[in-house]
Amino acid sequence: MVLAEQTADLAPVENGDGSTEYLSRGRLIRRRFWRHRLARLGLPVLAALYLMAIFSDFIAPYRPDTRLKGFKDAPPSVIHFGVDENRFQPYVYARKRTFHSKTFREIYTEQEDKKYPIHFFVRGDTYEILGLFKLDLHLFGVDEGANITLFGTDSVSRDLFSRTVIGALVSLFVGLGGVAISFVLGCIIGGIAGYLGGIVDEFIMRIIDLLIAIPTLPLWMVLSAAIPRQWPVAHTYFAITIVLSIVGWTGLARVVRGKLLSLRDLDFVTASKLAGGSDLYIITRHLLPNFASHLIVTMTLAVPGMILGETALSFIGLGMQEPGVSWGVLLDDTKNFGALVHQPWKLIPALFIIVTILMFNFVGDGLRDAADPYSL
Amino acid sequence: MLRIIARRIFILIPMLVLLSMISFIIIQLPPGDYLSSYVTRLESQGLTVDEAEVARLEQRYGLGKPLYQQYFRWMRNFIVNGDLGRSFGSYGSSYDNKPVTDIIAERLPATMIISIVSTIVVWAIAIPIGIYSATHQYSLMDYLSIFIGFIGLAIPNFLFAIIIMWIVFAQTGHAVTGLFSLEFRHAPWSIAKVIDMLKNVWVPVLVLATAGTAGLIRVMRANLLDELNKQYVVTARAKGLSERRLLWKYPVRIAFNPIFSTIGWLLPAMVGGEALVSIILNLQTIGPVLLTAVLRQDMYLAGSIIMILSALTLIGTLISDIALVWLDPRIRYD
Repeated sequence: MVLAEQTADLAPVENGDGSTEYLSRGRLIRRRFWRHRLARLGLPVLAALYLMAIFSDFIAPYRPDTRLKGFKDAPPSVIHFGVDENRFQPYVYARKRTFHSKTFREIYTEQEDKKYPIHFFVRGDTYEILGLFKLDLHLFGVDEGANITLFGTDSVSRDLFSRTVIGALVSLFVGLGGVAISFVLGCIIGGIAGYLGGIVDEFIMRIIDLLIAIPTLPLWMVLSAAIPRQWPVAHTYFAITIVLSIVGWTGLARVVRGKLLSLRDLDFVTASKLAGGSDLYIITRHLLPNFASHLIVTMTLAVPGMILGETALSFIGLGMQEPGVSWGVLLDDTKNFGALVHQPWKLIPALFIIVTILMFNFVGDGLRDAADPYSL
Repeated sequence: MLRIIARRIFILIPMLVLLSMISFIIIQLPPGDYLSSYVTRLESQGLTVDEAEVARLEQRYGLGKPLYQQYFRWMRNFIVNGDLGRSFGSYGSSYDNKPVTDIIAERLPATMIISIVSTIVVWAIAIPIGIYSATHQYSLMDYLSIFIGFIGLAIPNFLFAIIIMWIVFAQTGHAVTGLFSLEFRHAPWSIAKVIDMLKNVWVPVLVLATAGTAGLIRVMRANLLDELNKQYVVTARAKGLSERRLLWKYPVRIAFNPIFSTIGWLLPAMVGGEALVSIILNLQTIGPVLLTAVLRQDMYLAGSIIMILSALTLIGTLISDIALVWLDPRIRYD
């Protein structure tokens, strides 16, 4: 009897060796999630990507608009190791530009007599943190006279690595911002539909049907065409987030409504009502915990769609504009696929997009498995 | 059954009207209108703008009137004459001042062919693989299909198009752009033109089908796995039904349900994906026209395209609902 009381909130889990453990819901969820191998891979990778985005100004050796004079379409720098006594000291060679005699394409050759060691925590270009204070510390860099371009440079001599890292800030957070707005809209509107039911529900659901009927990308295109070109980068960014969530909230609203409808007539809700529970108490104590996990799954799986949306819009010139940097803007350089044959490094930002989308899907899959920890 | 269909068609009509309104409002959203952007464009080229000319254009397109009057004018012309207005054109393309219906009629067939062919390819590949994956869970093929599924999911269509073009160009020096050979590019639709298109259509189909296949394999596998673990399957097996009959009689049929119920969404998804792919591959479909129209605030053209695509989606949803009732006798709409 005593045991039963203690384990009222716990679920029995049989271990492989025949013993039984009693785990709380939270621990069950965590255990389930970690059992999903791909999710276990996805979470740290995503964390690393977001950390990279947050500290992008520090990680990037150059500013996104710094032009490395005379280094148009330069390939990635090759990093060598070993300067004098120190075998692990990385360095790059200074590079010299010549032109191909027939095609006039740039050729960069390493000058093996000019070693430039890579220094860490160096002073470089100044950047602002949140517009509050200025800093010029960078994770790494080389002395004046050479440059380090880990991902090569673009067609106007800017460092692609710096631009990729700094572009991550826009591309990664547009998804979170869009999902956050969708979440608020979806919860409120879906909640009203599901809780009130009847004619209100019918009306809201038909509106959602209509919105879903409009092809997403064309709708995004028209809406972002409404963003004035001359707006500052930050405003454009905010506007795009809103455009993305205008479509996004419908999915969340449907989840919230469906769950509310199926839950509100269940016995334990009726019981709580009879026992005198207020609406707010029932919603927060009984309903929310029951579908919070599903909401999180839906939200996680909605993020990659929004990241892709921003990328696509920026790519066709309707999203972020120069001087703003996002992964979609960077892909603009790949439109000339003839040049890609000679400059394949320009596809590196695409790799970042693919990895991000993949990892979000892994984590979403893991969360979906974990969302319902009592099922087997 | 007939009553259900009649009722749904009846609901469809107000939905379509609402949709046309939404389309019309959306295209009015960008600040300024076609005329003001036309005037700025002329001025930026150093040309002076004749006030009388602007007034004449304003009169001709009814641009000075309030929004609702413009809408009714547009709708009345469509219902009475089948006229959706003219493209404002004037950006030096072959679409200058052409009727919107003509432009759409010229581009829609190619869009539909690409979408339908891609869909058939997706189903032909994804459904057998999905069934195989579910019945041979955790086999090598299953893991392979899961892997392909994730990759297809993660590579956006337009990136995939760029990568394919890049690879083909690097290998062969041949640029796989366009949908028609030169001699057919501006020819009217004919059987020969369709045949010519089928020769070039594989690149966009490959690009669009890869993403669709990836998604569908996952859905099919998950659905079928759910079904295969149910009691009735165990019962049927215990009664000695052959594995083949056991699989095809019910579980596969039921696993089809979610696929049929999303047929309606297939078209907007395909057109949405197709739009970007077409822009990159330079295909003569609806997508690139819509992009130009949106950028130029060519509002009748953009609005009409959005309206027609959305209407097709609504009709698609209706068809899929009907198919669902027919496929699964347990579903009843009262």
